[in-house]
This record gives sequence, C-alpha cells and structure tokens, in this order.
Amino acid sequence: CSTQRQTPTHPPSVPCRRSAAHCSRLPFNPLDSGPGCSRWASRESLRLEPLADVALLPGEERVTDKDIIYICPFAGALKGKVFITNYRLYFRSNDDPSVILDVPLSTIGRVEKMGGASSRGENSYGLDITCKDMRNLRFALKQEGHSRRDIFELLFRYAFPVSHGLQLFAFLSQEKYEENGWNIYEPVDEYRRQGLPNDKWRITFINEKYELCDTYPTKLVVPYKASDEDLRRVATFRSRSRIPVLSWIHRENQAVIVRCSQPLVGMSGKRNKDDERYLDVIREANGTPKLTIYDARPNVNAVANKATGGGYEGDDAYQNAELVFLDIHNIHVMRESLRKLKDIVYPNVEEAHWLSSLESTHWLEHIKLVLSGAIQVADKVSSGSSVVVHCSDGWDRTAQLTSLAMLMLDSHYRTLRGFQVLLEKEWISFGHKFTSRIGHGDKNHADQERSPIFLQFIDCVWQMTKQFPTAFEFNERLLVVILDHLYSCRFGTFLFNCESVRDANALRSKTVSLWSMINADSSSYVNPFYTVESSRVLYPVASMRHLELWVMYYIRWNPRIRQQSQSPMEQRYRELLALRDQYVKKLEELQMSEDPSSPHLTNNSTPSATSPRQRITHLHTPF
Amino acid sequence: MLSLGTGGGKASKASFVSYVTPEEIKSEKEPPKKNKHPELLPGEVVFCSANPILKFTQDDQSQRGVFGTLLCTNFRVAFVSDEEEDAAQHFKNRLYGEHDIPLMCVDSIYGGYDDKKKLITSGLVKNKSPNKMIIHCKDLRVFQFCLTFTKEEDARKIFQGIVHHCLEPKSLKCVFAFSYSNIPNPERWATTTFDSAEDWNQEMKRTRGWCKIVTGNENFELSQRLPQVFIVPKAVSEEDYAKFQGLGLPIWCWSHHTGCALFKASSVPMLQEDTVAQAYMERMLNDVAQNHLYSVKTEDLSETLPSIQEIQLAYTKFKQFFLIDNTTDFWMSDVKWFSSLENSGWLDIIRQYLQKAVEVVECLEAENTNVLIMEEDGTDLCCVISSLVQLMLDPYFRTLPGFQSLVQKEWVAGGHNFQDRCNHLHHKDKEQCQSPVFLLFLECVWQLLQQHGPGFQFSETYLTVLSDSVHVPVFSTFLFSSACQRVSSIRADSPQTQRGALSCPAVWDWSVQFDRKAQDFFINPLYAEKPVKVVKKSHRPKHQRQLSLPASAFKTPSKKSFFKEETDSLKKMLRLRRISRWMLSPDSPQPSTREFYEAWLRKPLDYHGLLLPCLSGPAIRLWVQRYLRWLPEVQVFGGGAMAVISRLSELLAQVQELKQQLEWKGHRQETNHRGVPAHLQPAVRHSSVFPFASSRNWSFRPVIPTNVFQSLLVPDSLADQDDEYTEVVSLV
Repeated sequence: CSTQRQTPTHPPSVPCRRSAAHCSRLPFNPLDSGPGCSRWASRESLRLEPLADVALLPGEERVTDKDIIYICPFAGALKGKVFITNYRLYFRSNDDPSVILDVPLSTIGRVEKMGGASSRGENSYGLDITCKDMRNLRFALKQEGHSRRDIFELLFRYAFPVSHGLQLFAFLSQEKYEENGWNIYEPVDEYRRQGLPNDKWRITFINEKYELCDTYPTKLVVPYKASDEDLRRVATFRSRSRIPVLSWIHRENQAVIVRCSQPLVGMSGKRNKDDERYLDVIREANGTPKLTIYDARPNVNAVANKATGGGYEGDDAYQNAELVFLDIHNIHVMRESLRKLKDIVYPNVEEAHWLSSLESTHWLEHIKLVLSGAIQVADKVSSGSSVVVHCSDGWDRTAQLTSLAMLMLDSHYRTLRGFQVLLEKEWISFGHKFTSRIGHGDKNHADQERSPIFLQFIDCVWQMTKQFPTAFEFNERLLVVILDHLYSCRFGTFLFNCESVRDANALRSKTVSLWSMINADSSSYVNPFYTVESSRVLYPVASMRHLELWVMYYIRWNPRIRQQSQSPMEQRYRELLALRDQYVKKLEELQMSEDPSSPHLTNNSTPSATSPRQRITHLHTPF
Repeated sequence: MLSLGTGGGKASKASFVSYVTPEEIKSEKEPPKKNKHPELLPGEVVFCSANPILKFTQDDQSQRGVFGTLLCTNFRVAFVSDEEEDAAQHFKNRLYGEHDIPLMCVDSIYGGYDDKKKLITSGLVKNKSPNKMIIHCKDLRVFQFCLTFTKEEDARKIFQGIVHHCLEPKSLKCVFAFSYSNIPNPERWATTTFDSAEDWNQEMKRTRGWCKIVTGNENFELSQRLPQVFIVPKAVSEEDYAKFQGLGLPIWCWSHHTGCALFKASSVPMLQEDTVAQAYMERMLNDVAQNHLYSVKTEDLSETLPSIQEIQLAYTKFKQFFLIDNTTDFWMSDVKWFSSLENSGWLDIIRQYLQKAVEVVECLEAENTNVLIMEEDGTDLCCVISSLVQLMLDPYFRTLPGFQSLVQKEWVAGGHNFQDRCNHLHHKDKEQCQSPVFLLFLECVWQLLQQHGPGFQFSETYLTVLSDSVHVPVFSTFLFSSACQRVSSIRADSPQTQRGALSCPAVWDWSVQFDRKAQDFFINPLYAEKPVKVVKKSHRPKHQRQLSLPASAFKTPSKKSFFKEETDSLKKMLRLRRISRWMLSPDSPQPSTREFYEAWLRKPLDYHGLLLPCLSGPAIRLWVQRYLRWLPEVQVFGGGAMAVISRLSELLAQVQELKQQLEWKGHRQETNHRGVPAHLQPAVRHSSVFPFASSRNWSFRPVIPTNVFQSLLVPDSLADQDDEYTEVVSLV
C-alpha cells in the first residue's frame, strides 16, 4: 500500500507520546503536532505498544472500539479497528499496520450515515465523516447488529459535546507543562514594550467589567485626550460598541494602527460629533495631516451595510480623513472559496487543469487581497501616518489586516514568542469569534457563521515566511500545529468568542494553553535560518507570481505528493554546522599540541550568531 | 465606485520625466563630444553608434531613464551610460554588461511610434523611423530606448543597423565566434567532450556497457548524420551501418548496471510495402534485443510526445508572460496568471516529457529491458528523453562535470541541430525548424532539481546561465547544426584568413564569462557528496552479461512468443510491443508509471540513487529564477529562496576553508597559521532574484497591486450577504 506516509527522508514515526527525540527529527510529528496525521509506524515500536494501547492523553478516556473497514481513498478498503475516546478517533489497519488515523473528535465537522438496509455494493454501508482539516474519512461496517447505529451515536455525542451538554475535551484534559502558556501575553507588558503609555496615549480600565464593550478585552489604549465619558459616547456610534483603540504604535514616528468596527451611519447618514472628534484626536496625536481609514470591505458592501444601520465614514463628516476600501470579501465568500479548494485537493489532486482549477477557487486571490491590504496599512504607518482599520464588526478582516501589518512592521512578532503574543492580542483578546467561526463541538455543520478567516490569516503568514525565509524565528511546523489545535479542542487557546465569555468559563484556570505545549518543546518550532534584523519592515510581494498553494497543509493527506518541506535545507544546514564545529575543534587541538603556551585560537571560530544553540538561549531571554 | 487610491490605469500615461533635460546634456557634453565605447572584445568591431540615447529605467512607469550611447557591434547591441555606474555587481558577465545584448540573444524588436508599438521583421524600415526602440531578449530582458534626443539621421542609422544585424539572415561565418579569438583556459570542471573514441570507450567502461565502438566515420564517410564516433549494439553488422545513411541505426546512449541499455535512432521513412526498410528495422530491433536478455521495447517518440512545432508554439505563448513592458501590464496579467500559464501549455509539455522519461526509466530499472527510442531525426525528442533518463538513473550526471558531459554526449556529439532550433542565423526558411528543445530539457532538469535539491551538485543559477549561454555567439558548443558541420567548420580552410579555422572556447570554459567567485554560484550547497564509506559495488548486482543470448534466455513468456514471430512485419511488431504498458492511451493521462512511481516513493529516498519526479499538478512549477528575474515588481527585497541558499553557501565555504587548513596543517606541522576562518560576513541583504538583477534600484516602498478586485467574480448572493446573521442594530 502506498498510502499515508511521511517523507521518506524521515524515519517512521513512533507512537509514543512525548518522545522529544523523535519529534525533533520529524518535520511534523503527527502526535504532538498534527493530531490526526496518519502515518507509518515501525513494526518494532508496535511490538512495544500493543494495538489496544493507544497512548492516551492525561484525562483522555476510552469510550469504545470496533472492527471496521476504512475506505482509504488511496489504498482502498482496509480492515482494522477503530478506537474512540473522549478526545479522538483512532484507527489502525490490520491489513497494513502502517495505516493509522488519529483524529481529534473536535476536528470532525459532520458525521453521516451512508448506504441503507438495501445497499448492495461492497462496503457501501457505513459512515462518512467530514473533517475540518481538509479530509473526509469513510468507514464501512457490517449491516448486522446495530454496529453502525452504536458507533454513529457515540461519535455524534463525543464529536459534538456542546450540542449534547457535555464539556469540551480541553476542560477534561489533565496535561501538565512546565510553563504556563496563559502567561505569554500580559497586555500591559506588551503595551509597555511598544512604549505605552506616553503623553498622547493612555491605558484605560474602563472595560474592566466588559461594560463598555462585551467583546473587547479589559485593557484598552486610547488617546490621552479622550476622557472615559468621550469613550462611552463614541461607543454608541460604533457597531457593538467596538470603539477605535490603539493596536500598535511606531516607535520612531509615533504613527498608530487603530482598530474598530463600522460607524453606525445608517440609511439616514447619521453623524456623531464625538466620534468625529475622537478620530481627529487620533490624527493629531502624531501630527498626521490626514488620517487614513482602511475599510476592509468592498465599497458596495460598505454601502449595503447602511441598510442595517452600519456604513462608513463619509467625506463631509470626517474632513481630515481619507477613506480607502480594501475590497476584501466577507466570511461567506471565504467559506465558499475554501470549499472549492477542498474539492480540487481531496482526495485526489486535480491533475489535468491544476492551475485553472486553482484559479477558479479564488483562494489565492483572496490571500492576495488580504496581503495587499496589509501592505498598504504597513506602508502608510511606516511613512508616518496614523491609520484606522475596520470592516463591519472589526473581528474578522480587521484582525487579519492589523495583525499582518504588525507582522510586517514589528520584528518582535516574528519571533516564536512574539507571534504567540500577536495571536493572543489581535485575535483572541480582541474577540475574533473562534467558537462561531470554527464551530467547536457544535453539530450544526451548515452554520452560516463558520468561516476559515483564521486559516486564511495563517496562510498569509505562511506566504510571508515563504518570501522571507530568514525573517521568522518560527518554522512552518508551528503554523501547521496551530491550525491543528485550532480544531482539536485539546487546549483552551482558541475556545470561545471573546474575553468576557472566557472569564465566565474560567478558561485560564480550567484548561491548558497551546503555548504551554509549544514552549515546552520550542526547539522543534525554530527556523534555523532565522536572522535577527530588528528594525526591518517586511513587504511581501502580493502578486500571483509569488503566491502559491500551501501544499504542506492543504495536500498533506495525499501520499502521492512528495512533501516539499524545507527540511532538506535545514538538514544540510545542521550537517554543515556540525562539520564546522568539528573542524574548528580539530584545529584548536592541533594548535594546542603545537603551541601549548597560547591558550586558544581567537574566538572567531566559535559558532556565529546563527548557530541554533545560541538562538535557543536567545529564546529564553525574557522580553 | 470609489477609486482604490492606487491609480493603476492612469499612471501609464505619465508624461516623460528625465533626470536631465536634453539641453543640459548638450551644454555639458559638448566639449568632449565623444561617444563612449564599451570595452571591446578581441575581434569585436563597432558598426554604428548614436548619442544621446535615453534608456528607460525598467522598473518605473514614469518613463525616466539614463542617457548614454547606443552601439551595435559584430557581437552585441551595447548601451554605455553617460553616468558613472557603480561597479558593485556580484555576478558580472565578462563578455557583456548588464545593458548589452549579444546579437543572437535578441528575440524581437519593436518600433515605438508615439503610442503604437510595431513588430519589426526586416531591416528595411519604411516611412518614418520610430522614436522608440523596444528590444525583447531571449534571456527575457526587455530594453526600451528613446531615440528622439539624438540627430534624426543617427537615430535612423542605429535603428536600421541594429535591426539589420539582429534580424537579417547571415552566414555562419559572420557569427562573432569566428572573429573572436581567445586563449583557452584550463576548465574548472573537467568535461568529457565525447569527440574521441577514447571518451566513448571510457563511458562504456564506466557504465559497463556491452556494445561496440564504431570509428569508421572519422571523415563522415559512412554518413553525415552520424557522429565521428558512435556506439552500436554488438550484433549490428558492419554493412548495416550506412544502409540508410545512418537512419534507423540504433545508437547507444547508456547502459543500466543490469546490462540492459538505452538506444536512440532516427526513423527510416517507410512506405507501405518497403520490405527492405522493414527488414532492416526488424534486424536492428533484433540486434538491440540481443544486447541484453533478448528483450527490447521501442517507441516512436514523435507519435506520443508534443512535436518540436508544438514546443515552439507553447513557448512562444509562454515567454510573452515575462516580456513585460510596464507595471500596468504586469498587474493586468497578474489577474489571470494561473490560467494563462496553463493555457500556454508549456508546463504540460514539461510534464509529458518527464512522464515519458519515467516510462523509459521503468523499462530499464524495473523490467531490465533494452529500450530503443526513435524519432524522425533522432536528435531532438530523443536527446531530451535519453538525457533525462540518464539524469534520473545515474548520479554521475547530476554532478556538475557529469552534467556537462551529458550535454556533450547527447546534445553536442549527439548532433542536436542547435543552429536551426535556435535559428541563430535568422534564415527565414528555417523559422519552421525553430524550437527551444534544449531549453525544454533544461526546464525538465530544473523540475527535478527543485524536487530533489540535495541530489544535484549544480544550482538553478547554473541552469539559468547555461540557458542564457546558448545565445552568446562566442562558444562553439551551441553553434552548429550537426557534428559534421562542426568538424568541417573547425577544420575549414577559410578563404579569407588563417583565423577562419575556429578556435572559440566551449561554453564549459566558464572563466570566459565569469570570474571564480561568480562561478561559485553554480554550486548547489545542498549537495553532499556520496559518503566514501559505502562499500564499492555492493549494491550493484553482478552483471548478467556472461550469459550468452540463446533463444532460451527469454525473460518472460510474453516476450518469447513475441520474438518467435520473427517473420512478422515491423509495423506489427511495434504494435505488439506497445500493447503492453508501454504506450499511453489518450484516455488515461498518467497511469502507466504510477505504480512504479509509488513503489519508488515507498523506499527511503537516496539522493545518490534513482530520482523520479512527482508529476502531479502542484509539483510542476514555474522556473521563477529564469523567468521572473528581470521583473522589478516581483523582487522580494531581502527575501526569496536565495536568502537561505546563500546562507548555506557561506557556511559551506567556511567548512571547506577549514577543511583545507586542517589538511594543510596535517601535512606540515608548522605554527604559521593565520588564524581562522573568515567570519560569516554580515549578512548582505539580497533580493529574491539575486544574483541576477542588480541591487541598485532598491526601493523601500512596497509594491501595491492594482486591478485586483475586478477579477473576483463572486456570486452576488454570497458577497451581498451580511457578515452576521443580521441582528438588527437598535440604533437604526
């Protein structure tokens, strides 16, 4: 069978949970990283770990197991056994022990029965499972003895716990890590790093009890000149009270990125003096002659929003502002685009007309629009002008634009820990609606609220790392792991829609943060080619000539695509570093034996700033 | 609709702005009033020149530029800037500068008349002369010269001169190589040229081939089609060598370690009842079969692969995507980029050729069958397939000297008609024969390289430079139409001078073009030599050639039955052959080698063993370096894959230096050391197209796409939908 294999350059993975030695050698260790990678397991390791003993996570409990046939789209029907726990679906084939499925139940978006009592064809009676991570799984079962009904009901119950009044696995997990990942982002520390507060900007606690805005975080940075009373008045004119607040400030020119939701202009073209004055205060803070407002939406959509009470900042009301529409489409368009993409990559990659099929999904065109919007924001800010970014509610496209612009402008966010801060800040704390967009534990797979906005953002980041392979401290693996745990519900990081709900559910005390796991094994997520260049602004090129489909993510289930990872380069780099150290050592020894009086060779020969050892120490320095 | 604020459409009309006004130039330049010359090569003569000419800066649609002198010599079109150029170029070509175009490298010339652009096809320019000249180069550079500042007479002259020397038919003797004299340098990478029996002998020994060398064609007595030295199956009788002027004669390419071998042949034109030819081909096939285990598979490549005309057609469409005059056009073409690429068909042709090569590899590697590939001339498609097969199977050809030897063996000695395929001499009647077959081969090599980087000693920069060098009229390598023509030109008793005998260098003498430092870019830092430890020959099964070839040695019953029917006509034989998995049916685009590929994929990857390409949609990619290197819009400043590659190269250089020091020390125990390896240089920031475009025009402003939104035709129902289920806002 040719299926389900890792790149052959890597040793077969071993189903042993936290074996760091193995993890570091694999590009994407299936167990620690990709929950649900299928993979080869070496025979030897299988002997060590008998079939029944799926290594369970602390807090994970066995629910059922059953003989079943997995209808592999690549290798055909494979007999085996499926195990269901309260966290995952695990399948091992008897025919081909190398075929293993390990899918966190939360990754399942939809479970359906296929075939009925009258089904004739071989393996036509069973289950069809749609996953959120770009694959479908089909199992065939015997018609006798209600075996399908039983397994369907169990899957349905445990894959969609929220719909059944059960808890998500993150609340059941007993995992322990040295570092508490929840501490990675302290808003005040982060603002202080940016040089805030200062004489123009203050940190306000007005939202301490989520009274100003229930989808914003508790600590906000606002113009020094704006009083709390002003803020309350502005809140009445912004959709869901998401007032303009500072996200990032440029250290030299003091230009800022401010984010918010749309103004409630409505059909009648209402104005609000407080809002107008507030934006002007933002403009004045660093003497920007004209404040630029980036409305992420296409112009027509912004106009259409007036019908439901929204709208955009009109010329006459905001005289010192220039409004630019960035033409990024809404969540429904993005969802549809990803659906089309899945059609051409799973199970089989469209061969004959690959490029035109890819084009017809528009996925990369959307990526291009998001990136070029962020480039415009970053360019404006680095040229000294403050900007305001919003879409309709300011939690989807706005988050994409501000976080990407910040990634371009601020090298801190390109470090392993800085990136975690960026996600915590711009996405999690500012209320990107993860629960609604992903549908954690919710059976309602056709929910119109679902949309791959965060995936699209991570894809944009990947495109940037591709264009600037030395500018990011983290590697591709980190991005894949983040996406896997976006769906897995093993960690609390991407649960719930906003901070107020997280607090109400005591998320931080009851669940483990994804960053706990990642920072416990940070060396696996480090890009060896990373070069620190602190003051550099990165402008990716948002041209279709450079954008490419992220094969390592979207097509990773297809065994026929040889995974083009960077790993040959990383491997070679490590080889050469080792060789260099070895030669330097030999030279030093020679030198010592020749001339014992001179103590050492000059220090020139010690590994340069690029050696991984040094980078790791750098990692641990507190920020 | 509100404007985007990134006015793309209008900007193209920007009026002319220059750094200096023409008046200033006159006053400044009057006293010296001397046209600058580039440094001429030995044998180079200036035909005409004009000053001042404005060369537009490529990366700017505001129509600014640099003033200078435009010249046409017997080697190139040269532009010498009046301004001082900073010489800091990493990758300087010694023969021609970055504003120079070797005559052979000119692809097409356009005359610009105000707003219109007209393709120039002949040297006679009627009516008024254009005010702008646009030159598209075969290495994909685009030059735009404004002719309005110089005297009208001069402008007309230079335009006519350039058009004449670039586009008009010329004789071989007029090619610059015949005027250029050069003292050959020792080559850095020893390349086997395959012009002597000794070379062929060595190659056969290396691959442990089992054929015989024919040396009887020293003066092309046997056939002008055949090389001076070639190898045929042992069983071929001497009287068959020249039976059809060398047509149909199976020429040995390479032997697999099991003993089976790859042969290529040109096909004999066969009429329905031509029994002589049929009997001959049957005999040849038999002779090939006898090489190993009495087995052979054969295929006429021209029946299953895109023809050279189709290759030409596809490439003509394809290259247009990179010959872009201005930024507006660039962003316009960005919108439908993927489908345009696909519609050109170029990537699909690459896929088909690689696929065919994999099929041949499967025959040799998995079935141990001899293979005879055929084609009309036997020097186009056969060359592509046979060299690709060897590249996949034989790691030696993936080293730099090995690759150069492969090109010599299959293409140069093999008699590929470079002259007509490139139409070096601009003969109108040869336009039908023009086709970038060699480039197609390099493209396929690049695909392999990007999929299996650590398997190749040479870099993509090497391949790019090699593809450019085809159009530099200095080298003998790519100049001729056949081995016969090459030999007779070199031997020529020229009527004019003694210099008529050709003494120009081979392209492999890279020092002609690049200094040592620049040549370092040819080395792929991912490549690691095979560890020496590996036990010699251990994995090479013993040859089975000791077996003589009695009829009982048939491999499989099916083959047996086939070869028993020796009286069958060749046509029937061939058809029989193809019924096996050999022939692709048009309905199943890819399947025949899938199992073979997947079986290979399951094994651990050995970069010093068999390498097969993945042929699925996303795996066949655009050769970004070659095609996008001159487009300023796509340069990623401080980024691109090059950022990583150059880091690896620096480290590799350090390691090598240390190793040398260590060896040196080991030999002579002296304390006289000057310390230690150079530091990593403070990482110089390059652009993604490094080492090609110069880094001078770095801008720190980003490129912002235009024309983006228009392309997204989204079903209205979705686009108009509200982001949220509309919770009616209370404040309406």
